[in-house]
Amino acid sequence: MSREYNPTQLLAYVASGLLEDNSSVFVGTGMPMIAAMLAQRTHAPNLLIIFEAGGIGPQVPVLPISVGDSRTFHRAVSASSMHDVMSASQAGYVDYGFLGAAQIDRYGNLNTTVIGDWHRPTVRFPGSGGANDVGSLCWRTIIIMRQDPRRFVDTLDFVTTPGYLDGPGAREQAGLPANTGPYRVITQLGLFDFEETTKQMRLVAIHPGVSVKDIQDATSFELIVPDQVPTTEPPSRLALETMDDIDPTGMVIGK
Amino acid sequence: MDVLQTGQGELIGWHDPDEHRAWVAQHKTRALKDKRTTVKDAVGEYVKDGSLVACGGFGHIRVSMASVYEIIRQKKRDITLCGKTAVHDSDILIAAGCVNRIEVAYAFGHELRGLSPASRRAAESGRCEVIAEISNAGYQWRFLAAAMGLPFIPSRVMLGTDTLARSSAKVIEDPFTGKPIMLLPACYPDVVLMHVHRSDKYGNAQIDGITIEDFELARAARRLIMTTEEIVDNDVIRQSPQDTIIPYYLVDAVSEVRYGAHPTLMPGHYYFDEQHIGEWLRLSKTDEGVAAYLDRYVHGIDAFETYLELIGGDEQLEYLRQVEHLEAPLEAPWLDEKRGTSRKGGKE
Repeated sequence: MSREYNPTQLLAYVASGLLEDNSSVFVGTGMPMIAAMLAQRTHAPNLLIIFEAGGIGPQVPVLPISVGDSRTFHRAVSASSMHDVMSASQAGYVDYGFLGAAQIDRYGNLNTTVIGDWHRPTVRFPGSGGANDVGSLCWRTIIIMRQDPRRFVDTLDFVTTPGYLDGPGAREQAGLPANTGPYRVITQLGLFDFEETTKQMRLVAIHPGVSVKDIQDATSFELIVPDQVPTTEPPSRLALETMDDIDPTGMVIGK
Repeated sequence: MDVLQTGQGELIGWHDPDEHRAWVAQHKTRALKDKRTTVKDAVGEYVKDGSLVACGGFGHIRVSMASVYEIIRQKKRDITLCGKTAVHDSDILIAAGCVNRIEVAYAFGHELRGLSPASRRAAESGRCEVIAEISNAGYQWRFLAAAMGLPFIPSRVMLGTDTLARSSAKVIEDPFTGKPIMLLPACYPDVVLMHVHRSDKYGNAQIDGITIEDFELARAARRLIMTTEEIVDNDVIRQSPQDTIIPYYLVDAVSEVRYGAHPTLMPGHYYFDEQHIGEWLRLSKTDEGVAAYLDRYVHGIDAFETYLELIGGDEQLEYLRQVEHLEAPLEAPWLDEKRGTSRKGGKE
């Protein structure tokens, strides 16, 4: 029963497995959307999907292009507003939030603003968008991004979105909601969490065919690596077929 | 009260609430009067060189592109734009040289389609200056504070980050909890451009589907230029007053422009025109391409109907209606490129 899969499908599959039934998740475009829809169509039928433009609890028919797309409130329980969903996040109703980034550091702080100097950047990225809000207000954030030494960096060029800032207690000290922060990081190489006492990134699982050395080589800071690291379970045939249905045009998954 | 931190971003659009009240008392009529006009006249009257402008909608959703094109046609200059998830509108306004300053929650990108070549070029070369950073929630709460007639509103986003350090927000100790809390200054744009599903001639307007930030933004606007898919009788509005998002006294000008949000999406009516957006993304890779695009679709186009003919006329508009209603498959140039490249890798 083998079937080929690509890295995007593996990442979406791993991400979907983190989402429990009857929880709520703040979703952006692209891979997080695939992950949330996959979870909803497999183990988490009552996953509450929330979009920043105001879509609440949709039954998404096909992959939306934008977080304000009509598909984000198709057969939704509410077509609401940004004020409403951001307020719900601030009040503690949103369990999970997905984020991507151009750079991440050991504390899960994220940069989506600039590479280089802010006044005259080498590369200008879109900025926070809703990322800072998700990273500030959701209980647990899940970061999905590509891992290489230029992205997994010692010091960010710009802290767009808060992770654990500079360590334990820093979020609360800054005034961010208590007991929130990055939960998992998923890359094309492995799965990571944040060690409880230091709030620093720790390897949790390695994807098939990847070594610990591959992961360390792709990281510009020192990772916490336990003695035993399990291998990620590859996507099941059912999961792959479900992803084909979710993204029939290959918009995110590719064809 | 002690200020714990002051963001270094430029404060734009802020007014003392009493100053704003006096401005409203003097400039915003409460008369139920016919506000129908042309987009040309509305933009000509209210958008000035140097104005602070914000667009309703979000990204490529329900943006008053008819008004955006008119700003370009009238060669408005030195506009500061609220980059509140400003995507196609900001990209084209920056590329056309109308906008040279922007406060950024989200700009320079086209979501899944990739980054914006033209406005990134402008940001990286300094032709368009980023004057402050903010988050999406932060921006819409700036508008909420303005809508409420307050000087600021507290929030718990942005704390501890460079986004706050480059914003116009401040952090104080909350007198109730004793914890740090961020204060977002109100933002009253000089002019807001908004496209809605239906409005009467007075400006009572209804929006189908998500309202995004438009409830707050319409109330924060000093001048509100509204385009609408259709102008309906006042009686239609009164039959479902619960659907009215924007009451007439907020509105300065109303124009009926069918498909006025093209190439952005109008919920229930038409989907994104990916062919057209794709053409823009391709052409805007160079300054010459930008000029060619504007020559073809904006300059010298005296009627929106002429533009609609250029983008494919009834046939294309019918196709966009079908895609919106899930009756036709989505086709997009950027999608073809993506499909060609990204299938590789492992085995189960």
